Amino acid sequence: MERTWNNKAWFLVLPVLVLVAFSAVIPLMTVVNYSVQDTFGNNQFFWAGTEWFEELLASDRFWQAMGRNMAFSFIILAIEVPLGIFIALNMPKKGWGVPVCLVLMALPLLIPWNVVGTIWQVFGRNDIGLLGYTVNALGFDYNYVQDPFDAWVTVIVMDVWHWTSLVVLLCYAGLVSIPDAFYQAAKIDGASRWSVFRYIQLPKMQRVLLIAVLLRFMDSFMIYTEPFVVTGGGPGNSTTFLSIDLVKMALGQFDLGPAAAMSLVYFLIILLLSWVFYTVMTNYDAER
Amino acid sequence: MSGANERIGESQVEAPVAAGKQAGASQDAIARLMHRRGEESKWWWVVPALYIVFLMLPIYWLINMSFKTNTEIVSTLTLYPHEPTLRNYRIIFTDAAWYSGYINSITYVLINTVISIAVALPAAYAFSRYRFLGDKHLFFWLLTNRMAPPAVFALPFFQLYSAFGLIDTHIAVALAHCLFNVPLAVWILEGFMSGVPKEIDETAYIDGYSFPRFFVKIFMPMIASGIGVAAFFCFMFSWVELLIARTLTTTDAKPIAAVMTRTVSASGMDWGLLAAAGVLTLIPGALVIWFVRNYIAKGFALGRV
Repeated sequence: MERTWNNKAWFLVLPVLVLVAFSAVIPLMTVVNYSVQDTFGNNQFFWAGTEWFEELLASDRFWQAMGRNMAFSFIILAIEVPLGIFIALNMPKKGWGVPVCLVLMALPLLIPWNVVGTIWQVFGRNDIGLLGYTVNALGFDYNYVQDPFDAWVTVIVMDVWHWTSLVVLLCYAGLVSIPDAFYQAAKIDGASRWSVFRYIQLPKMQRVLLIAVLLRFMDSFMIYTEPFVVTGGGPGNSTTFLSIDLVKMALGQFDLGPAAAMSLVYFLIILLLSWVFYTVMTNYDAER
Repeated sequence: MSGANERIGESQVEAPVAAGKQAGASQDAIARLMHRRGEESKWWWVVPALYIVFLMLPIYWLINMSFKTNTEIVSTLTLYPHEPTLRNYRIIFTDAAWYSGYINSITYVLINTVISIAVALPAAYAFSRYRFLGDKHLFFWLLTNRMAPPAVFALPFFQLYSAFGLIDTHIAVALAHCLFNVPLAVWILEGFMSGVPKEIDETAYIDGYSFPRFFVKIFMPMIASGIGVAAFFCFMFSWVELLIARTLTTTDAKPIAAVMTRTVSASGMDWGLLAAAGVLTLIPGALVIWFVRNYIAKGFALGRV
């Protein structure tokens, strides 16, 4: 759409700006402030310069947690996005099935995150959980409390369970919005199922898919509550993601300086990766 | 240049020929394909049904547990409650510490949704209709706030809201949740607004509508489903968030999700009570999705169709 140049539009954006500045810029300044200082209690602070940053970037603990986060985000995106598209393509377009599917599928999205954690913590237990009990009864040695691999499987299955519906709902909304004329034209041209998907459905889903992928990436990279409730970061450190480590440091040990430095690096990495996703996907949009 | 022309020429010639060749052979296959896509075959329900079963199993297990006694939960694995009890629910509905958790959560979630939509509407309109100094940067900057990990903000938020004396109030949590809900609401609403042709605005102005009157009377009804969807997402992300909500509250505005940690006591875990509390957290979400289901069923592409 042709948009007119008008700087008065700033007035319309002003409320958002004030609100977000209050709830984002001020806290962020606090974090920056802590990240360059040291304290020995009593609210006395000393200039520490880049000490915390150097310490952080040199620590294995940080890079390992970072690696775990990257692996986790990559795995769940690789599962949830194709699966979500596939389910959305197979959902009914009309009739009684539509509300039933939508309501039931959206349900996991609306469960508070620690309840999600609790559900899976119980569900996966060997003694009282259906999943853990069944898997063990089938002869697999499954114990997410002790085995790092099982813990990872549990956390990933939980995330797929929790969030695939977000991709489904957004893709479904995009699919339904495609006018019938497009399909009729494809039918006349004798297009295959694949080309209908590739040249009609996928481009029309692109904006909603961008939102879905970005949201899933950001949220999976920031994941805290669910794995914390299920595994507490264990066994060992195997499911300790960055935010779990961060909360441990900031609210548990009150190491404000290192925690703040870590916050900033963490935030910058999410920013950078999201920017890459965003530019790639919107540039593709502009080229078409 | 000539190469491009040739290619276009070729494809123009080729396409009908190819279509003609295929037409006879695969006409039936295409018809079947179209049938499957449009009318739905007999097996359309298999994929959604399998997925829903996968989604419902853990939820069923929670509901199942909520009607059991703790002895039954820890002693044997039973697929349905053998001695059904309402004890867990009775505790929640009679103890103010429990049910006020639900009221607190719903209060701040509603405040947050209203604030987020109210400020996001004009901003989304500005982004979808006008170009202005720094608009692209501003839009991405807004999105960056959606990317800020709550873990990063927990401590600074606590200090900020302490300074304003807002700790343990609903408004503090509602404002804090704006951090991630406002950018999302702007993003979604902008998508919906871009789908409304600009001629509508221009016609309304020519007809003598002022901006606020046009916006409320004509424009908002046109993007009603967008407002519904944005509100749904705001509700959702505020309702499920725990870390910030827990950090900013102590007793008076404590969310239900934080109250649930009470079930761990010296005598061990009260699984039944925990499950019952969990089941009750599903209800507000289910109601909200019931209200917006039609907006999603109607479809949206978030942009120019």
